[in-house]
Amino acid sequence: MTPFDLATISILLLLCTLILTPCVSRFRSFSIHLSFSITAVASLSAFIAGLLAVHRGGNTSAILQMGLPDLPFHLRLDPLAGFFLAVIGLLAFFVSVYSIDYVKGFSADRSITRFIVFFSLFIAGMFLVVLADDAFFFMVAWELMAVSSYFLVMYEDEKAENRRAAYLYIVIAHIGAIAILLSFGVMAGLANGFESFQGYTFASMRATSYPAAWATAAFFLAFFGFAAKAGVIPLHVWLPEAHPVAPSNVSALMSGVMLKTSIYGIIRVVFDFLKVFPWWWGGIVLALGLISAVLGVLYALMQHDLKRLLAYHSVENIGIILIGLGLAMLFTTFHLPVLAALALIAALYHTLNHAMFKGLLFMGAGAVLHATHERNMEEMGGLIHRMPWTAVFFLIGCVSIAALPPFNGFVSEWLTFQAFLLSPALHRPILSLLIPLGAALLALTGALAAACFVKAFGVTFLGHWRGHNPVDRVHEIGWSMRSGMFLASVTCFALGIFPTVVINWMDILAEKLTGGRIATSAGRFGWMWLTPYAHERASYSGFNVFIGILVVVFIAYILLHTRKTTIRRVPIWDCGFERLTPRMQYNATSFSMPIRRIFGFLFHIREEAQAVPPVRHPAYPERLRYRLKVSDRFWNWFYEPAGELAFFIARKIGNLQKGRIQVYLIYSFVTIIVLLVFLG
Amino acid sequence: MIDFSSVIIELVQILILLFAAPAFIGWIKTVKCLLQGRTYAGVFQPYRDIMKLFSKEVILAENASWIFRFTPYVVFGVTVLIGGIIPLVSIDLPLAATADVIALVMLFAIIRFFTALAGMDIGTAFGGMGSSREMTIASLAEPAMLMVVFTASLAANSTSLTHMVQVMAHGQFILRPSLAFALLAFIMVHLTETGRVPVDNPATHLELTMIHEAMILEYSGRHLALIEWAGMMKLFIYSALGIAIFCPWGIAATDDPAGMVLGGLWLACKLAAGGVILVLIETGLAKMRLFRLTEYLGGAFLLATLGMLSFFILE
Repeated sequence: MTPFDLATISILLLLCTLILTPCVSRFRSFSIHLSFSITAVASLSAFIAGLLAVHRGGNTSAILQMGLPDLPFHLRLDPLAGFFLAVIGLLAFFVSVYSIDYVKGFSADRSITRFIVFFSLFIAGMFLVVLADDAFFFMVAWELMAVSSYFLVMYEDEKAENRRAAYLYIVIAHIGAIAILLSFGVMAGLANGFESFQGYTFASMRATSYPAAWATAAFFLAFFGFAAKAGVIPLHVWLPEAHPVAPSNVSALMSGVMLKTSIYGIIRVVFDFLKVFPWWWGGIVLALGLISAVLGVLYALMQHDLKRLLAYHSVENIGIILIGLGLAMLFTTFHLPVLAALALIAALYHTLNHAMFKGLLFMGAGAVLHATHERNMEEMGGLIHRMPWTAVFFLIGCVSIAALPPFNGFVSEWLTFQAFLLSPALHRPILSLLIPLGAALLALTGALAAACFVKAFGVTFLGHWRGHNPVDRVHEIGWSMRSGMFLASVTCFALGIFPTVVINWMDILAEKLTGGRIATSAGRFGWMWLTPYAHERASYSGFNVFIGILVVVFIAYILLHTRKTTIRRVPIWDCGFERLTPRMQYNATSFSMPIRRIFGFLFHIREEAQAVPPVRHPAYPERLRYRLKVSDRFWNWFYEPAGELAFFIARKIGNLQKGRIQVYLIYSFVTIIVLLVFLG
Repeated sequence: MIDFSSVIIELVQILILLFAAPAFIGWIKTVKCLLQGRTYAGVFQPYRDIMKLFSKEVILAENASWIFRFTPYVVFGVTVLIGGIIPLVSIDLPLAATADVIALVMLFAIIRFFTALAGMDIGTAFGGMGSSREMTIASLAEPAMLMVVFTASLAANSTSLTHMVQVMAHGQFILRPSLAFALLAFIMVHLTETGRVPVDNPATHLELTMIHEAMILEYSGRHLALIEWAGMMKLFIYSALGIAIFCPWGIAATDDPAGMVLGGLWLACKLAAGGVILVLIETGLAKMRLFRLTEYLGGAFLLATLGMLSFFILE
């Protein structure tokens, strides 16, 4: 069976659920088990298809006689599509397993069928986006993905917040889609003249060489469109609105893999269609990546809604991926294929890693939400005692995203650093000076991300329960949710320990797109040492780090436990004052206070402290009321003025509408005269 | 190729690290006492402190989770691993290729991450305060540290510590202004990362100024002993790292025992001198306010950037 057959089977299976689920919707539990099993199998087969497609390195294409007359759908599975198919398939598999128990939580009060139908359509849409081989089919798949995810965000539509978030999402998604369509229009037109439609296939776009000005137009339209979907700053505002309100399994998919389809789009357009480009494109991508990474993590630090925090981290991680892409573009323009391959591998590896750990973290956040019915971290605490399994999995996610060895996030950040440090090879003094500053910003991002996840894990899972609701109701989650998170955790760990295996697998991608390969192995223990450039240059071994720590910890533990040891459990030392209360703990807001103060100029902060009038004694106020609102400056800077401008123009145009038939007749008359004069 | 003698060297190095680190702290404390006109307890006092802590019973808060009990072991394990990677007396180490300088910086981040989590585990205000401050300061120190590493790696064209040492110690000697800037920045970051005076005071338990001590306030017995010992090794490692990057002369290039003994003596002399410099800095400066640290670490970052600029302009 070829990889392409597997991918086809996967999509057919997903379409099957559309028919099956409504038929069995009366048996709720059965329908949940059946449909998520089918999506799991479909995702797994797509994952295997992608794995094999990259491994074999060939292309398979097919033409589907569907769609409009004379414009058939083209499909193609090449290594690049295969890589993204594998990433999407793998996370979709984990999330499908997770969803069985998660969706049962909804089954009491709303229709499950609607959820399952859009869930399957959403996954199918993402698969088709990467498989599409013509502009027309790509846009159909892109819209399928956007619209089905819109309905999933809207799933709990009785809340005004959800409707607003979904609306914002669909508006920005469509502004982006228009830009992508225009970009394809430019490329298709240049490929085959503006008179006929035959340039719409990707094959003809790939075969054309573009004049510089038009290439620039096509690139920036495509980049704008994909950036809107990816949540690159300043187009990120929909992310922190839509991800928190969507069901958590959907957030995991949206954040983990849907954003990656736009990374796929950028790579496809830049490295596959346009191929030749000036160096400043790479510079712009790099700069936007850096801005997104730093601001994304800083905004994330200010959040106390767990899912909103994770959503801002997606902005950060998309930024890190773009940094890799930008460097790959820069190296390509300076004809350094091996370095370009290194930067591209770093970006793609981070794409894979981010899908895994962000999916895991959103699943963990979903588990917490499921158990506590709470998204606000200020109302949580001490969950490690109530939900020990979730705590372990969430911790693995935190360690991975905070880029700590030996987990996977570190490997891709390390590769990105290596790409940065090789930038003196560019032989442009100004670039050699500026690019290392980018590396410092990446280091800042990494350190702030670590701070943010100490906060997220510490406030949610450690300490005492802060909430107003009793903690007794909080319980550990079901088996399927734990299995989904377990699989994702194991993947995060394996990707950190055996990076060479994965990089050897995807090296062919770099070779096809940039012409260079990176030498990943040296010496006898080739699978153990990751040496991206040369053996003397740098090396890293996640396996050794893990084994080293394990051995020392083991020896220390054994030595300290040779004789009988005692541990006495006592109440917390309260310094001799009154009894401590859980409200006295550090919480999410106080944890990030020093960072808020240092980087305060980047936020719009409104802070007020008010003493409630004293009752007993003027010097001792009864209580202090403290309000803090930290908001995104981009909303005030870009979106509100843009919205007002749109309304202003609409009002001006609205003046045309007088409501009198005579006026409308004059409009028609003038139009006909004008047309006759100019076209006659 | 891994051969037997280099494994022996590796083990010897780890033993040196484990047993010389407390003496280094003892030396610093002794010199400090001498300089401040106080009576001193001797170079071996830290050993007695650790031994005492190991023999004591562990007192644990009722709601401490496994994170709290697991952290001392992780901190200790990572510290020893780092000690096995950096070249102390010889550069012929089988573990050396495990991590380059960037990975080393991130290995230190593991220690910080887990210590900060342990600080939040009990749910007292002190622990959270320490964690919050530590993570804030680290996020400012890490970019500066990376710039130092980057500037230092430009000369050797490598981030592998072994290779950097080789180029510095056995290559042609050139006076590099970039390294002077990088060294200044490194010292500033070193003081931050090891919690020394202008940033944090290891000898205080005053609530307004504690950073590192606030996080580990709830520890006792063998857990505290492990953390304290790891802290001593961290100071030792950071100093040895500075020596390896900026002043590696005298280190043994091969595995002949005479060269290694000589390398060990050199290291001891350099560390003793480094300790004196550290004491002079600590005695001469007062601890800074928390929010002044932005300027301090910003300064370190700028110095490292200047070093890089001077590399591209002058060298």
